[in-house]
Amino acid sequence: MLVIPCPHCGPRSHDEFTYSGDATLRRPANDAPLAEWIDYVYLRDNPRGPHREYWHHVHGCRAYVTVERDTATHAIVSPDGDAS
Amino acid sequence: VTAGPFRLAVGGAIDRTRTLAFTFDGCSYTGHPGDTLASALLANGVRVVGRSFKYHRPRGVFTAGPEEPNALVRVGQGARAEPNTRATMVELYDGLVAAGQNSWPSLDFDLWALNDLFAPLFPAGFYYKTFMAPARAWPAYERIIRRAAGIGTHVPHPDPDRYERRFAHCDVLVVGGGAAGIMAASAAARAGADVMLVDERDALGGHLRGERAGAEILLPYISALAGMANVRLLPRTTAFGVYDHGTVALAERVADHLVPAAPTLPRQRLWMVRAREIVVAAGAIERPLVFAGNDRPGIMLASAARTYINRFAVAPGRRAVIFTNNSEAHRTALDLTAAGIEVAAVVDARAGDAVIATKGRALRAVAVASIDDDGQPAGAARWIDCDLLAVSGGLTPSTHLHSHTGGKLTWDDAIASFVPAVGAANSHVCGAARGVFALGDCIADGARAGDAAAQALGLKTSVLDLPACPPDEPWSIRPLWEVESARNIRGKRFVDLQDDVTADDLALAVRENYRSIEHVKRYTTLGMGTDQGKTANLNGLAIVAARRAEAIAAVGTTTFRPPYTPVALGALAGPETGKHFEPIRRTPLHDWHAAHGAAFVEAGQWLRPRAYPRPGESFDAAWRREVLAVRGAAGICDVSTLGKIDLQGPDATAFLERVYCNGFASLAAGRCRYGLMLREDGIVLDDGTVTRVGERHYFLTTTTANAGRVLAHLEYLLQTAWPELNVRVASVTDQFGQIALAGPRSREVLARVVDVDIGSAALPFLGSAATTIAGARVRLLRVSYSGELAYEIAVPASRMVAVWEALLEAGREFGLSTYGTEAMAAMRIEKGHVAGAEINGQTTPADLGLARLVSAKKFFVGRRLLERPAMADAARPTLVGLEPVDGVTAIPAGAQLIADVRAKPPVRMLGHVTSATFSPTLGRPIALALLADGKARSGETVVAAAPLDGVAVAARIVHPVFYDPAGERLHG
Repeated sequence: MLVIPCPHCGPRSHDEFTYSGDATLRRPANDAPLAEWIDYVYLRDNPRGPHREYWHHVHGCRAYVTVERDTATHAIVSPDGDAS
Repeated sequence: VTAGPFRLAVGGAIDRTRTLAFTFDGCSYTGHPGDTLASALLANGVRVVGRSFKYHRPRGVFTAGPEEPNALVRVGQGARAEPNTRATMVELYDGLVAAGQNSWPSLDFDLWALNDLFAPLFPAGFYYKTFMAPARAWPAYERIIRRAAGIGTHVPHPDPDRYERRFAHCDVLVVGGGAAGIMAASAAARAGADVMLVDERDALGGHLRGERAGAEILLPYISALAGMANVRLLPRTTAFGVYDHGTVALAERVADHLVPAAPTLPRQRLWMVRAREIVVAAGAIERPLVFAGNDRPGIMLASAARTYINRFAVAPGRRAVIFTNNSEAHRTALDLTAAGIEVAAVVDARAGDAVIATKGRALRAVAVASIDDDGQPAGAARWIDCDLLAVSGGLTPSTHLHSHTGGKLTWDDAIASFVPAVGAANSHVCGAARGVFALGDCIADGARAGDAAAQALGLKTSVLDLPACPPDEPWSIRPLWEVESARNIRGKRFVDLQDDVTADDLALAVRENYRSIEHVKRYTTLGMGTDQGKTANLNGLAIVAARRAEAIAAVGTTTFRPPYTPVALGALAGPETGKHFEPIRRTPLHDWHAAHGAAFVEAGQWLRPRAYPRPGESFDAAWRREVLAVRGAAGICDVSTLGKIDLQGPDATAFLERVYCNGFASLAAGRCRYGLMLREDGIVLDDGTVTRVGERHYFLTTTTANAGRVLAHLEYLLQTAWPELNVRVASVTDQFGQIALAGPRSREVLARVVDVDIGSAALPFLGSAATTIAGARVRLLRVSYSGELAYEIAVPASRMVAVWEALLEAGREFGLSTYGTEAMAAMRIEKGHVAGAEINGQTTPADLGLARLVSAKKFFVGRRLLERPAMADAARPTLVGLEPVDGVTAIPAGAQLIADVRAKPPVRMLGHVTSATFSPTLGRPIALALLADGKARSGETVVAAAPLDGVAVAARIVHPVFYDPAGERLHG
C-alpha cells in the first residue's frame, strides 16, 4: 500500500511497481576477484531503517526508480528529499 | 400490529406501520423495518440463539453491536447462506431465513452439550495433553476433534453474488459516525477538506441512537454534512484495516439489507481509500463482568439493554438486575424503569456488592453477596429472581485502527483501560476511542481532531458551533476484573464468551508458566474467535496480571491486526474471480483458430492452439498428423506469443555483446542468430533469436514464458549497470504477430506470396529479409525450431489474418497444414531443442549441451560466476536423450531417474525426465532428461520411475538429438 514517488509519473501506488532490490550495489569490474562477484550476486544486507532500493515502474514508465524506504516504518523519502 | 410479546408499545426508531416476516430455526416470526435480527428475536422472546464453541452452552444476544460474541447465526439459504453472521449487525428484511449454529440435533436439545458435563476434562490445552499418545492415533483423534470444533459450517457452493472494488482518495477519512466523528467531519469539511465519513451501522449517530436522549442533537450536523459537495457519507461501511501511507480498507454492505436486491447492485463493495489524514472516532466497547454463570441467555451488556429499549422498543426482560462497577448504572436503571421494566436490584461493585452466581437455562435468578477488596465473596448470598441481568464492567476504547499502523497504547487508571498513545503522524484519535466518555467532552474532542486534521493539510479552520448537551454523571469506576465463586455455589466464570475461555483457564496458563500474553492467548484461545475478543481481551489481561501480581500495563496487550471485524471473502476477491482472476491474452489469430476447430491450451496468460483436430479425429491423432505434415510437406504455426523486443541505439551491438553469452559483433545487417542469455550467476536465463535489422537496430525474440523477465533484465542493466550505453529497448510483443512456416516445401509456399528472392543464396539459413505478404510489410527470419527448412515471419498484428490466410491459400497445393503447440513440442523434442523444462533456473549452457556457444573472447553477464569450478563439474546433470528399452512404453515426464528399480529407499536420484513425447516421425516414445554425468553414460540403461503412478520404465541413454542429428534438413 505504499505510495512511491516516480520522478516521471508522480506519486503512484506500489501496485504499479516491482521491487528490484538494493540500489547501493555496484556491479563489480569484469576482472574483479570472484569473491567480490559472489558478494554482488548473492549477499544482501537486511538493514532495519533507511534502505536505498530500486522499484521498477513496470506498469508505468518502466524506470528503475531509486527510493529510500525505512524498512521498519515503510516511510519513503524520494531521492530529491520529499517525504511521502 | 406490534410484532412480538417483548415489543414495547411506544418508542424506538422502528417503522411500526410495516411488518416483516422472517424465520429462525424454522419458526416464523415478525419484526419491523429498523430492527436487527437480534432485536427482532428478542422482541419475539427468543432467548437462546446459539450454542457455545466448546461446552455447547445455550447463549443469547449479549450486545447490540459489532462486538457480539454469542449471537452468531447462519443467514440466508443455499449458496447465499453465510455462517457466523452477527445477529446484532443483520438488518431485518422481509423473508429473512436464519438459523442457530453449533448444535445437534437442535438448539433446544444439543447432544454436544454433554461436553459441558465433562468440562473438567477439557481445560486449556487439553488437546495437547490428552491426545499425545499413541502418536499414530493422532489422525483418528484429529478427525473427531475437527468435527467437534468450530462454529458454523462452510457453504460448499460458489458465491453467486457480485462484489465491487473501488479506489478513492480523500483529504480526511473519519472512521465512526458518532458524536465525535460527526464533529470531526464537520470541522474538517468546513475548512474545505475533502472528507469521507464512514460508519459500520446502518445510519450515523453512534451510541447516542441507543440512548434515551437520542441522536437528535447531531441531526443538524448530519444534514449539513449530507449537503456539502466535499463530503461523502458512507453508512453500513466498516473501516476494517489501516495500512501504510494512509491506506484504509473499507467494506461497504451495499445490498445485504435489500431483498430483493436491485439487480444492478453489488452485494458488497470493497473500498481502498488513500487518506491524507485519518480521524479515528471508533467509540468504545463495554466490558462484561466475570462471575460464575455469567454467560446465560438474559445476561447482556447494560449499554445493549438500553439500546434495545431506546432504539428498537424491545424489552430485553420483564424483571431486571443491574450489575456494574461504574457510573453508567444509573442511566441504565432510569431507562429500564422508563420502559416499564421492573428493576429488582442495582448491584454496584463500588458499594462492595457483586453477583456471584446465576440460575436457569435462560436466566431465572442471580445470587448477590458482598465482596471484599480482592473480589472474594464475603457473607451470605441472596437470590433475586430476574430474567435480565444488565452488566457493565467499564468501557474499553476501540483502539484497533490506531494499532494497525503500529500506534502505541498506554494505561489509564481513571477509566481502567488502555488508551492510544503515540500513533502514526497522520492519525487523530478522538472521543471515546481516546477514553473521553462524557458527551460534551466527546463533542469538543471530535471538533478538535477535525481541526487538527485540516490544519495538518494546511487548511484554515474556523470555530464550529458545538451542540449543547446536558452534563453527564462524572465518570467513576472500581476496577473489578473477576468475582471469585463462593464455596457452595460454583459455576464457570467466562472471560471470552465466543471461545469458552474461563478465568480458571487463564489461571491454569499462568500456573503452567506461560509468560508472554501472546502465548497465554494461543494456549487458552483467549480472543482468538471471529470477534477477536472485543469484549474479552482486557478482562483476560487483567486476570493474568492479577495472578502474576503484576501491573496490567506490564503484561501488555496482544496485537490488533486487520480485519477489525470479519470481512466476506467475496468482498476481498471482488470482481477478480473465474475468468477475471487473471487477464487472458489472445493472439491476433485467436478468432481464426477458434473458427477452425483449434483445441486451446493455456500457456501462462496466453491461450494457444494445441492442435486442430478434424471432425471425428482424436486429439492425439490430430497432433501426430500435424507433425507428419510438417516433416513431409509444410506447416504453419502461430508463434505470436513469443516475446519481441525492439532494440536500437548507437551502442546496441556493444550491449548485445554484454547480455548474450555468444558473440554478436560479427552479425551483419540482414542476418539473424540464436542467442543465449545468462543470469549473473551463470545459469541460463532464456534463449531466442536476434536479428540485425540495421546498423543500430535489432529485433529480439524471447521465449513466451520469459518475455517480461528478459525485458526487465535488459532495462535493469541499461538503467543501473551501464547508463552510459546509448540504447533503448521496447516491447513489441503485442505490436507484431509471428508465424512459423516449416517443412521441406516451405520455400515453395513462401515463394508464392513474397516479392523478393528467397533462394538459398539470397536467404540462407540464419538470413533475414524484409518483404510484403498480402500487402503487409513483414520480416522474414530463416530460423528453424522444428529442424526442417523453416521461416519465421513477423507481421504487424493487425495484418496477421490476411498474411496467415494468404499462406494457407498459397500452401494448398503443397499440402500445407496448420499445427499447434503439441506438434511443435514433439518436433523440438525430436530435435533435442531445450525449452522451459530444461532452462529451469538450474542449468548452465554446458548442462544443456550448448557450451560451444559460450564465447571465450568477451565478457558477458554471467561469465564470472560461470567460471566457478562447480559449474563445470562432470557430475552435474546434463542433457541426454532417453528411449524405452522395449521401444514402446512411454517414459513419463517428471519421472526420477534411478539405477535399480528394486533398490530400497532412500534411493539415489540420478536426474529426472524433463520432456517426453511420442515421436510420430520415429514411431516410438522418446524423452529428454537431465542426468548426472549424462554425457559419459551414453548407451547405458537407467530406470525412469514415477512411484506415485506406479510406473517404472527401463530407458536407454542416447544422444539428445533424435532426428536429423547432422542438421542437413534445416539447410534445405
